[in-house]
Amino acid sequence: MPINVLTARDASAAVTTNKLIRNTYTLLAMTLLFSAVTGAISMALNVGHGLSLGASLLALGLIWFALPRTANSAAGIGVVFAITGLLGFGLGPLLNAYLKLPNGPQLVMTALGGTGVIFLGLSGYALATKRDFSFMGGFLFVGMLVVLGASLLNIFLAVPAMTLAISAGVIMLMSGFILFDTGRLVNGGETNYVLATVSLYLSIFNIFINLLQILGLTSRDD
Amino acid sequence: MDWMKILSAVALGLMLIALIPRAKDAVSATPKGSAGDWQAAVLPVLAVVVFVVFLVSMA
Repeated sequence: MPINVLTARDASAAVTTNKLIRNTYTLLAMTLLFSAVTGAISMALNVGHGLSLGASLLALGLIWFALPRTANSAAGIGVVFAITGLLGFGLGPLLNAYLKLPNGPQLVMTALGGTGVIFLGLSGYALATKRDFSFMGGFLFVGMLVVLGASLLNIFLAVPAMTLAISAGVIMLMSGFILFDTGRLVNGGETNYVLATVSLYLSIFNIFINLLQILGLTSRDD
Repeated sequence: MDWMKILSAVALGLMLIALIPRAKDAVSATPKGSAGDWQAAVLPVLAVVVFVVFLVSMA
């Protein structure tokens, strides 16, 4: 009998985890699509850098103040769409600038495809191995502090080699965050699909921007 | 566009300040990983690095 009870509990936990993973990936796919639409609108309207920065800062504000308060309610889904829509909208000027380069469309498509391959590969790996990557938490957050500090410095220094190094660092860190976040989904460290979606979305978003930056910098050097 | 640089710097500075307590908590709450655990995490990240180098060589 105890074995049967244990099996029933395991099955129930597995169903809950599968539902969480399904909800997270469904919401993630929808938000990625939504931010692609808002990004396209921003590109078509030829939005300026000021408005783009404003949209990104507003998204940051929503992540800090609105998301923690709404993550456990239905309003959380609206907040997630607002965040991802604003971040997508903020990408417009960057994408327009890259598309004006001679090989711009190729660079953007390569970054987009590359980001997809990286995300699917890492998330698939974490899902298949079911490994707990929570031991990476401290390392990843300290790494984020280092990268943010370096980015802050590079706003004023504007050294291309440092930009390249920061972008490479961000891609590696975000890859680690994908493993960390997916591992938390699988192992019960995260039970809220709204928060999980935002975490994974931010990793994908940062990988895309920084991969595009690396491709743009190295392509211009040719 | 100096005001944009300043605004970006302020935003990054605020993010840094907001992240410091979270990073402290994460460091103290993070369980220790074994050598095998780290190997399982580092290998896929290295694969990403190789993939990015491949994309750069293609672009």
